[in-house]
Amino acid sequence: MHLAVQDLGVARGGIAVLEGLTFRVEAGTALILRGPNGIGKTTLLRAIAGLQPSLNGSIDTPEDSIAYAAHSDGIKQALTVRENLEFWAAVFGTGDINGALDAFALQPLALRPAGALSAGQKRRLGLARLLVSARPIWVLDEPTVSLDVDAVAMFAAAICAHLEAGGLALIATHIDLGLDADILDVAPFKARVPISVDDAMEGFL
Amino acid sequence: MKALLIRDLRLAIRAGGGFGLGLAFFLIVTVLVPFGVGPQSELLSEIAPGILWLGALLACLLSLDRILALDWEDGTLDLLACAPLPMEAAVSIKALAHWLTTGLPLVIAAPFFALLLNLPSAGYVPLVLSLLLGTPALSVIGTFGAAITVGIKRGGLLLSLLVLPLYVPTLIYGAEAARRGAQGLETSTPLFMLAGITSGVIALLPFASAAVLRVNIR
Repeated sequence: MHLAVQDLGVARGGIAVLEGLTFRVEAGTALILRGPNGIGKTTLLRAIAGLQPSLNGSIDTPEDSIAYAAHSDGIKQALTVRENLEFWAAVFGTGDINGALDAFALQPLALRPAGALSAGQKRRLGLARLLVSARPIWVLDEPTVSLDVDAVAMFAAAICAHLEAGGLALIATHIDLGLDADILDVAPFKARVPISVDDAMEGFL
Repeated sequence: MKALLIRDLRLAIRAGGGFGLGLAFFLIVTVLVPFGVGPQSELLSEIAPGILWLGALLACLLSLDRILALDWEDGTLDLLACAPLPMEAAVSIKALAHWLTTGLPLVIAAPFFALLLNLPSAGYVPLVLSLLLGTPALSVIGTFGAAITVGIKRGGLLLSLLVLPLYVPTLIYGAEAARRGAQGLETSTPLFMLAGITSGVIALLPFASAAVLRVNIR
């Protein structure tokens, strides 16, 4: 299990933002992405998750191995915490959600409608979804937004457990998670020349 | 797939889910038309099939922008795109859920509302049959329209304009079947045409919807 990116370029809104990225993440390790706002971290992560086409280069991962989590968590306000998680567990074909509820201290909230949760609690629910997906590669975009210190510790523990179980993680974050992980600053890979992206878009369809 | 269907149905009947919106609109149309047209039962029974079909179609249109827009706003579509479920299956399920919460109640309610419009007794079976065959096409075409306009804030107007011309064949054959039935004529030809349209869009449009969704997501 690995995630290998070779000479990757990505574009947002028709303008190239990053180019020439090459890195490799092995099973059991995490890579932390750093860089200023607007440099293209989210775009890069979306391209790796398969949500948008890349301009050039290659992304080598096993098929159906990525769990993606970003700013919006796909939480349905009208459903309870348990129902939200059970839905994703059913979609990903995994059964038990109690481990995920425990990992993010959501058991006391399990029967509460998700609309009644605070921002940090919603975020915890969004991160718990990663656990029920049972996917080996986690691609996380600013996962710690609106989490308090305790919740960040829970998240770091969940990441460590995931890595120990042979998973790997690619995380864009600005805070120190206390992980023993490599850090990649994407700022030097800022695209110099905007490239026309029409061909890549057509290939994606 | 079953999980997605159950979730959509559950969301529809919870607070703010919009279940009953189409039904209420359908009721309003059929209650108000006799007031607008006047108490001429002859005239009413003549226009009843067309009014009922039009009411059902507009009631369907009313809830189209909910099919995908809510899932888009809270990020569910992104996550579904990463899930092992193919996008084609996801949009088909969403269309099915829309039909179960909007189209099917209209089909069931139509005979009762037809009473208000003095539909001749021979027209009831063809009316229900034509709605049963035609409303799935409305949901599937509507899902396609919703997929095209998914990234647009307040895209309801554009969605209606895009979808209306696609609804025309269904309306023509559906209303024609109901009208012929009410006059005691043979209804099989328009019903076959209606069934053909519905089968065609169910077979083809989910692929188109999934393709435009993939474009809209990025």
